Amino acid sequence: MRKACVFFALIAFVIAWAPFAPAQDGELQVPKTLVAGSSFSIPTQGSGEAELYIVGPGGVFRRKVQLGQAVKFRGGEITGAGNYVVLLSGPSSSLQARFDVVAQKPDALSFLGKPSRLPVSQNDGISGVVFVFDALQNLVLDPVSVTFDLKDGSANSSKTVQTQHGVAWVRMNSASKSGSAEFQAVAGDLRENRIVQMVPADPCTLRMTARRAGSQVFLQTDPVRDCNGNALPDGTSISFTETRNGRIAASVEVPLKRDVAQTQLPAYDGAVLSVATGVVMGNEIKVGATR
Amino acid sequence: MSDHSGKGRVLAFVIMVATLVLVAMGTLWPGETAIAMENFSPRLLPVVPSAQGAVDNLLQEIGRRDWQAAYSGLANKAEFTESDLIRDLMGDHGGLRTYATLAGYDARPVHASAEEAQFRAILRWSTVLGTFQDQRDLKVVRGDEGWQVVWPIVKERPVPPQVIPVNYLRWDVIYRGAGDDWGAQDVDAPHVRIVDMHPVDHLGEGTTVLGELLNDDAVPAYVTVKATLLGKDGSSLATEDAFDKMSHVLLPKQVTPFRIDFQNVSLSHVDSIRMEPISNLVAASADPVVAIQDQQLHPSPESSLTGQLVNQSGQTVNIAHVLATFYDSGGQIVWVSDGYADRALMPQSPVPFSVPVPSDLSSKIANYRVITSTYSTSRLQ
Repeated sequence: MRKACVFFALIAFVIAWAPFAPAQDGELQVPKTLVAGSSFSIPTQGSGEAELYIVGPGGVFRRKVQLGQAVKFRGGEITGAGNYVVLLSGPSSSLQARFDVVAQKPDALSFLGKPSRLPVSQNDGISGVVFVFDALQNLVLDPVSVTFDLKDGSANSSKTVQTQHGVAWVRMNSASKSGSAEFQAVAGDLRENRIVQMVPADPCTLRMTARRAGSQVFLQTDPVRDCNGNALPDGTSISFTETRNGRIAASVEVPLKRDVAQTQLPAYDGAVLSVATGVVMGNEIKVGATR
Repeated sequence: MSDHSGKGRVLAFVIMVATLVLVAMGTLWPGETAIAMENFSPRLLPVVPSAQGAVDNLLQEIGRRDWQAAYSGLANKAEFTESDLIRDLMGDHGGLRTYATLAGYDARPVHASAEEAQFRAILRWSTVLGTFQDQRDLKVVRGDEGWQVVWPIVKERPVPPQVIPVNYLRWDVIYRGAGDDWGAQDVDAPHVRIVDMHPVDHLGEGTTVLGELLNDDAVPAYVTVKATLLGKDGSSLATEDAFDKMSHVLLPKQVTPFRIDFQNVSLSHVDSIRMEPISNLVAASADPVVAIQDQQLHPSPESSLTGQLVNQSGQTVNIAHVLATFYDSGGQIVWVSDGYADRALMPQSPVPFSVPVPSDLSSKIANYRVITSTYSTSRLQ
């Protein structure tokens, strides 16, 4: 623990002191830009031993070097993209230089497609965000062309955008037909898929019919659809209520099955039957008129 | 030494004789209190001397679940079996009664003559879900064996064997996998919204938040509602959730009422309320369907909403929870109340229920809405 504290204190001191340190003869020859994970070397001048520090976003490297020889770094040693500082601390003076490590070519897309489920015909209801990474998980800051495709069974919509600072995003409309849509992000030969489920909106009309049979009245809705003609999903709760003399006498909540809901309630002369789902009201029927 | 020993033997003999005499007197001429004692065995008493004693005996035997004694002491035991009596009192098919114990009873005479008497007995049962009452009008007759209760047996109509087709609806969910990276999307929680909410101060007992929650999504949802009362300085006064005063599993487009009670916070101290509807995807079933028939609102003083639950599906419902929302003439919620059916719901067999209504609110109630949520041991729902 104490060694670590001393080490990091030394690093901090070196970084803070570096700009004011007197320069050695000559300069460190460091490439201005490196590709992450690539090999490179830093030539040195003079004689004797020195210590080389490379301080970057991924950590700090320290290496004892023999002045006058090139310091070689193998591929895969410097993997994190970002701005680096090189310090060569010799017996009498030190040198410093800066270089950038940039990401490799795009290798992976992180794709956020939201929401996973939404009603049909929603303008800008779908958002897609792509982060482009290289094989070493560095964000690729160079502009990359990303195409967003939204494919449902019948329609296909597409938008292409350039990444800015490694990110590309779009907003797209949901289709008018319910069902699962494939939401794709494509950059070159990279491809990521998400599933966006487009579900029916609120029912456009809710209508039931009634048939009296003795002491019971059988109720059945017409197929329940939204304003685009999509059938509401099975399991949607339909509420039937029978009101007698202004007071509820019977009620039942029935799930839709195969687009319709059906049930039976006691038949009271003059009672009023009504149907609803969620906040949508349907028609009313007076018992007796259906005899 | 021998003189002391002789006196001791005499004293022991006297105490033993006195004890035997007292035991014999207590057996032959027992007092009312002795008859009503919890561990008293009525089989030692072939003749019950009073109608009240017969009723007390029976109800205590029921409380002890001494079914053999209870059944053998009935005047009309030839009309049904001991199993029928047990089923009548304790239910079956995993209904709430099967988990209930008799916590107490009141038996009051309604009418009495030399040969016959009528009693109104109210049996108070306790369960983990609360208490419920059972009112029975008991006829007591005097026969050769003294007073005996004529038990008003209620036999359930057996469900005729049949096949009820069910298009079994269920939803399955594929969640995000453990190996997916942070950018991989997960399925969204169901979209729910509060469609009505307002606080009331009921009888000065604290703050109650009433409201309704809608599952606005196309998938079933497990929901709960949490409320935080905020004071005038923005500080949190209390946080509660609706617990069992709501239906937690909602099908698409289904609405549940909710009631959140804050016992110790006066509404006058509340500046605002932060509501948190919470929803999760849940594997749910659309069955069974339960109709609520013969709904009647009874006025004060013992105001309540009663009705009958009819299971329209083929599956046995072990426990049914009834939730009632009461509205005033303006359509605003004035109260949310709940209760449990004490018997299992067999297919097509009506089971009565009763939901209490605060007496002070019964005059304000213009309309109501009742829903049920069901629990079946054969299905996790």
